[in-house]
Amino acid sequence: MVKFFEQTTVFNYTWDQVAQGFWHRYPNPNSKHVLTEDTVERKLTPSGQLISKRLLSKTNSIPKWAERFVHAALVNIVEESIVDPKTKTLTTYTRNLGYTKVMSVTEKVIYKESAEHPGKTLAIRTAWIDSQVKGFSRAICAFGYERFKKNCNKMVGGFDYVLANMFSNNPPVVNNVNVTTKLKDAAKNASELAKTKVPIYANLH
Amino acid sequence: MNSISEACTDLKREYDACFNLWFSDHFLKGNYDDSMCATLLKTYQQCVKKAMKEQNIDIYEVQRNLLNTEQEKTTFKMIQL
Repeated sequence: MVKFFEQTTVFNYTWDQVAQGFWHRYPNPNSKHVLTEDTVERKLTPSGQLISKRLLSKTNSIPKWAERFVHAALVNIVEESIVDPKTKTLTTYTRNLGYTKVMSVTEKVIYKESAEHPGKTLAIRTAWIDSQVKGFSRAICAFGYERFKKNCNKMVGGFDYVLANMFSNNPPVVNNVNVTTKLKDAAKNASELAKTKVPIYANLH
Repeated sequence: MNSISEACTDLKREYDACFNLWFSDHFLKGNYDDSMCATLLKTYQQCVKKAMKEQNIDIYEVQRNLLNTEQEKTTFKMIQL
């Protein structure tokens, strides 16, 4: 049982502003659960890409029924990122550390200049939620998906708040017009993919 | 923000301030010399590494990379079509 999540957001800021704001995302009014933030690795590639890895710790709110699987009050998160100023692309990859057999949430976000809306930035967020607990994986994935979806809106709102504070000349509003959310069952995807060999997402647009 | 260890928080803030300046004023403007904050980063990271050991954080798991790896390509294959 695996669940996918996809969401596209348009930020009312240039890519340079979003890339600078990325390092200031915490704290914000929606991030009270984020307790610590550390840069554990950082390097420049010969082609001028900045690669960073940050370790975040967050409080872990879980429902009563899930307490039998996870006892930790805190969860550590690893965030990898690549900033490529030449192509104006920031790619981030976030995953939880530990308890990955109970529930693993892996998120990828690509921030890039919007071709349609010059001066604005697209954030294309995809996430993969998985659980390997026998008999409970469906319930755990469903819970993880719902929590992730709810948190996405908070993450976007929090980031937008930070950007508005840093670059107050822009209206502090996220253009939500193009926000789409998609959920699909991975097994179904895989079988459809095998049968059709047609890009699945193309059918949905 | 605080560091994972209180002992590293001051070093973290000092480094972050340097990094943010470098990122905006140098890196985004095409200057790829990253020596400006290198000493601060080194001191700060030594502190964090020690704290990670003390808090039993699996360093091997942290070091594992996903970006641009085969694993990433497999995981996100279907949603990247």
